[in-house]
Amino acid sequence: MKYIFKILRYDPEKDEKPHFQEFIHEPCPADTVMEAMKDIRDQQDPTLSFRYSCREAICGSCAVVINGHTTLACLQSVAALGTTEIVIEPLPNLEIQKDLYVDMDPFWEALEKIEPYIHNEGEVPENGHEIDEAEMDKIYQFISCILCACCYSACPVASRDGRYLGPAALAKLYRLVQDPRDQRDYTSWRQVNAEDGVWGCDTVFKCNDVCPKEVRPADGILALRRKIFVSELKHIFKRKP
Amino acid sequence: MLSHDILIVGGGLAGLAAALESDPNLKVAVISKVHPLRSHSVAAQGGINAPLGNHPDGADDSWEKHTFDTIKGSDYLADQSAAELMCRSAASAIYELEHMGVPFSRFPGRVIAQRPFGGAGFPRTCYAADRTGQVILHTQFEQSLKKNVKFYDEWLVTDLLIHNDRCLGVVAYDLKSGEILPLKARAVIFATGGYGRVFLRSTNAFINLGSGLGMAYRAGVPLKDMEFVQFHPTSMFGKNILITEGARGEGGYLLNNQGKRFMEDYAPSAMELAPRDIVARAIQTEIDNGRGFEDQYVHLDLRHLGKEKIDKRLPSIRDICINFGGFSPIEAPIPIQPAQHYSMGGIDVDETCASPVPGFFAAGECACISVHGANRLGGNSLLDAVVFGSIVGKTASEYVKGSQEFPDSESYILQKSLNRKQELEDKAKQDSGENVFQLLNRLKAFMSDKVGIFRNQKDLSEALEQIAQLRQDFKKSYIRSSCLRYCQEFVTFSEFDSMLDIAEVITLGALNRTETRGSHFRTDFDKRNDAEWLKHTLMTQKEAKPEINYREVEIGKYQPVERKY
Repeated sequence: MKYIFKILRYDPEKDEKPHFQEFIHEPCPADTVMEAMKDIRDQQDPTLSFRYSCREAICGSCAVVINGHTTLACLQSVAALGTTEIVIEPLPNLEIQKDLYVDMDPFWEALEKIEPYIHNEGEVPENGHEIDEAEMDKIYQFISCILCACCYSACPVASRDGRYLGPAALAKLYRLVQDPRDQRDYTSWRQVNAEDGVWGCDTVFKCNDVCPKEVRPADGILALRRKIFVSELKHIFKRKP
Repeated sequence: MLSHDILIVGGGLAGLAAALESDPNLKVAVISKVHPLRSHSVAAQGGINAPLGNHPDGADDSWEKHTFDTIKGSDYLADQSAAELMCRSAASAIYELEHMGVPFSRFPGRVIAQRPFGGAGFPRTCYAADRTGQVILHTQFEQSLKKNVKFYDEWLVTDLLIHNDRCLGVVAYDLKSGEILPLKARAVIFATGGYGRVFLRSTNAFINLGSGLGMAYRAGVPLKDMEFVQFHPTSMFGKNILITEGARGEGGYLLNNQGKRFMEDYAPSAMELAPRDIVARAIQTEIDNGRGFEDQYVHLDLRHLGKEKIDKRLPSIRDICINFGGFSPIEAPIPIQPAQHYSMGGIDVDETCASPVPGFFAAGECACISVHGANRLGGNSLLDAVVFGSIVGKTASEYVKGSQEFPDSESYILQKSLNRKQELEDKAKQDSGENVFQLLNRLKAFMSDKVGIFRNQKDLSEALEQIAQLRQDFKKSYIRSSCLRYCQEFVTFSEFDSMLDIAEVITLGALNRTETRGSHFRTDFDKRNDAEWLKHTLMTQKEAKPEINYREVEIGKYQPVERKY
C-alpha cells in the first residue's frame, strides 16, 4: 500500500522557516516509521536527516511527533496508524537544528542539575552491597527510562517555562533518592522544592501518557513531593530549641 | 587546535570505563558520533559474567572455571593469559559497577542474581532483568557526569592520524556545525564497537558501521582474527532484533517444525545452552534441511516459563515481541533465526590494550586481545568492555605521563583535516553519481549471503570480487546534501570507505583459513586443524593492499581438546 509521508524539513542554511515535504512511499507491511524514513532517505532523498541508532526502542535517539503523537519512530508501526497519510515532525519544546534534529542540550542540562548519580563516598564493599529485591522493585519502573525526551517535549510546563527541570530529570532524582545505596542528604536536593522543581508540575500527566517505555514520571514527581513534605517537617522540628 | 592528553573515541561501555579510569589530572575527552547513551552497548540484554557463586548451583564456581569455559568456548583460539586476566577481574568489576549504582536484579539472600548462560559450567551471568547493558551504560554515564568528563557528542571521527610510527590525534566531523576539525592527542583510545551493519541480517544498531576498525587499518594498525564473526542464534525473524540468550538461560526451548527440541542432536548435554556458534549452526542446519518454518526460522518457546517469570525476568523480550512482532511470548513461540551479532576479531592489542603503534590503544568490541578467540561466550562481552575499558584508561594514562609531547605534529594534523575537508567538498560539488546508501545496501546483502555461518571457497571468492566492484562504484559516489550540518549522508559516506576494508579483511581471512574453528565454519574444510591453524590472523594494509601474517596462539594451562557440549 502506498502512503504519503509528510516530513518536516528545515535547512538552516537555506530555509527561513521549516516546511513540509511529501514523499510517496510503499513500506513493507511490518515496517516501523523509522524503517520507512530510512527507506525514503536511501531511495528518494539522501539529504533527509534524523537521529537513529538501535531501532529497538532502547537507545532513545529517535523521538519525534507522528500524526500528533509523541513517540519513538522505531516503535511506531506504519500500519497501526490506521491512515495512509503520515505527518512526522521534530520534538516540540526543543529548537529545530535541521529536519528532525532538535537541540537536546536543554534536556541534558536539566538532567545534570539534579546531580544524576548515586551519592556514596565509601569504598566498594568486598562482597558487594546487600539489597532486597523489594527495594529494587520500588525503583524498577524508573530504571526503564531511556532519556528519549518524549516526556520533556510533551510537558506543558516545560513548554512555557524553560527553567522547569521536567519529568525525566525529576523521575531520575526520585529513582536515585529511593536507592538504598544513595546517601545524599535532603539539603543537597532541597533545590527541587521549588516552582521550577516538583511544584511546577501541573499534574496533567502528559509525561505518563507519552512515555514509550511505560514509565510514569509523574508518579516520581508526586512521590518526591511527599518526601519533601516529610523532610521539611523534620527540618522544622530540628530547628526548634 | 583542540588538544587533549587522552582522546577516547566511542562512548559505550568500554569508552566510558576508560574515561572513568583515566588519570583525573590529565585532559581527557570522549568523542562519539552519537550521544553516549545512544551507543550500542545500551542494547545488551542478558547479562555480564562473574563467578560470584550466588546461584544455588553456582557455589563451586571460581575464576579458574570461568577462564576454562571462556577458552574452551573460544575453540582454543583465545590467548590464555588474557582470558585469565579478564576472569580474575570479573567479580571486583561487578562489585564496582554495583557500587556505582547499577541496579542488578537480586536473589532472596539480598545478593546479585545470576542465571545460566551458554557454554558456562555454572550459572554466573549477573543481570538486571533483560536490560543489563542499558543500566550499566546509564550508570557509567551518570558517573561520567559526576567526574566532569568532557564529551564531544555527535562528532564522527573520520581519520586516525599516525605519522612516523606515532599516534598524533584524529580528524573529526562535528555534526552540529558541519565542520571538519583536527584534534591533537597524546594518546588515542578506540572504543568504537563492532561493524554489524556490514551484514544485512544483524542484531546490531543501525549505527554499527564499524569505521573505527577501518580507520585503524588504513592508518597501518593490524586487524586480528577478523574472519571470526559471531552469529547470534536467536534474533527475531523479520527485524533480527536480539532475543537474549537469557531467554534460554531461564529455560526456553528451541523447537523445529516437528516440535522437537533439536539441540539434542547437536549438543545432548548442554542442549539450548551450548555456545553460540554451535547453536547458530544447529538452527541454520534445521532450516536448511526443511525442518524450519517458511524455510526461514525455528521457534524459541518460552510459554512453559509462565507469565510471572517472563514479566519479571524477560520484560524487554516480552515488549520486543509485542511491539515488533505483534504477539506475546507468553502465548506464542518466538520465530527466530541466526544473525550477525559480534566481532571476535578487531584491532590488534595486547593485554594492556596497547596496539603496536605508540600512543594508540583499543578496548571493547573493536579490539582483539584475544579473550574470545574463535567464539565468544554470552555474558563475556560486557565483561570484556568493562574490564579492558578500565585497563586501557590506566594504560593510556601511564603512557601519557611517561611520554614527551610530539613536536611539530600540528602542521601534519592540520593538513590531514584539510585533505578530508577537500574530499568532502569535492564530493558535495559533484551533481551525479552513486548514492552511498544504495551501495551500503548492496554490500550488506552479499556479505550475509556469502560470508555467513556456512562458508566455502567459491562464495568467499565471489564476495571478494563483489567488494572490488563496489570499490569501483564507490569512487563514483557523491554527496547530494549541500548543507553539511547533521549530514547523515556524509557520515555514511565516510564510514562506507571503512566498511569496504572491513568486508575485505573478514572475507580474505575466511578464505585463507582452510579449517573450521568456532564461528568460522568452512563446508570445504569442516574440521579444526590445530597442526596448521592454531594461530591468529593479522592483516595489515600495505600500499592499499592487505598483507597477511600469522601469530601463534598463547597456550597456557589448557591444551586444546575436542569441544563437546
